[in-house]
Amino acid sequence: MSFFNRITGKKKSAQSAKERLQLVLTHDRTDMTPAVLEALKDELIEVISRHIEIDPSAVNIDVAREGREQRLVADIPLKAKTRQRGR
Amino acid sequence: MSAKIVTITSGKGGVGKTTAIASLGIALASRGQKVVCIDGDIGLRNLDVIMGLENRIVYDIVDIVEGRCRLRQAMIRDKRLPGLFLIPAAQTRDKMAVSPSDMMRLGDELREEVDWVLIDSPAGIERGFKNAIAPADRVLVLTNPEISAVRDADRVIGILEAEEKGSPSLILNRVNHEMVKKQEMLSPDDVLDLLAIDLIGIVPEDKSVLIAANQGSPIALDKESRAGQAFRNIAGRLIGEDVPYMDLEEQGGLWKRISKLTGRS
Repeated sequence: MSFFNRITGKKKSAQSAKERLQLVLTHDRTDMTPAVLEALKDELIEVISRHIEIDPSAVNIDVAREGREQRLVADIPLKAKTRQRGR
Repeated sequence: MSAKIVTITSGKGGVGKTTAIASLGIALASRGQKVVCIDGDIGLRNLDVIMGLENRIVYDIVDIVEGRCRLRQAMIRDKRLPGLFLIPAAQTRDKMAVSPSDMMRLGDELREEVDWVLIDSPAGIERGFKNAIAPADRVLVLTNPEISAVRDADRVIGILEAEEKGSPSLILNRVNHEMVKKQEMLSPDDVLDLLAIDLIGIVPEDKSVLIAANQGSPIALDKESRAGQAFRNIAGRLIGEDVPYMDLEEQGGLWKRISKLTGRS
């Protein structure tokens, strides 16, 4: 969004079209619906939590586009051990 | 001779495939190439009217496939240009009358006759589309900067990749530069970023396309038309020339005349 649009708070329709297409194409290409992604996230958190301590609320799972390739990207911040010891 | 077989497809209907085939046929033939355009839309034929050859049809593609005529008999010669031919679709049959292997055989036979075979795919991703891409050496995906057309183009590109047809090239048709400038239309960069395939042409929206269709005179014959110029440029790129992209900015008056004189478009 341009600076002008940001201050007027109005999004141009071409920008909406592009953002909507980015989402819909990702789903079309991978058969990956937001519901599937959410279920995957919950299960991943469960499995990983069995072995290491993580903050479930900070976990982020998304499909990234790279040309015509899609990749599943999971960002899972680990809890720092030293800090816990200090407490 | 060993023709190159090029298919234009889009997924969505009404985006300008037939207009593009007719104009590329005209543009290639006017450069001395021998070209046959095939209408792949059996049951809903239209390439004949866009090329202005509807009154000269005797045999069609189904007649060839079913052996009722020889290949040459179904090739209608376009009297405007030596070396331009049309093989029309059948109007009273359906897509199942022809199979992908029929199309491969037809393509192989035509390779010996001409320099270029241009196939107009029907809309959709079913039998007619499968027929149209079967013999293709190269596929051009045509779309408009509209959300539904871009989505369908992406679907078609995915199918072409799965069928190992090689990466297709993109023709972006009906770009309205004024609307792009106002960010009210997806820009060519937006569409290329979304579809992530090579570009072979950008065609500006142009009222003269409809007028040309009314008259059965493909837009590439109109030296004044910017869309016509864009299609002539695509024909040059198909041949392998490095044609610069035209400035989409609408140029009126003096500048238009100067750029035409210097061939800058």
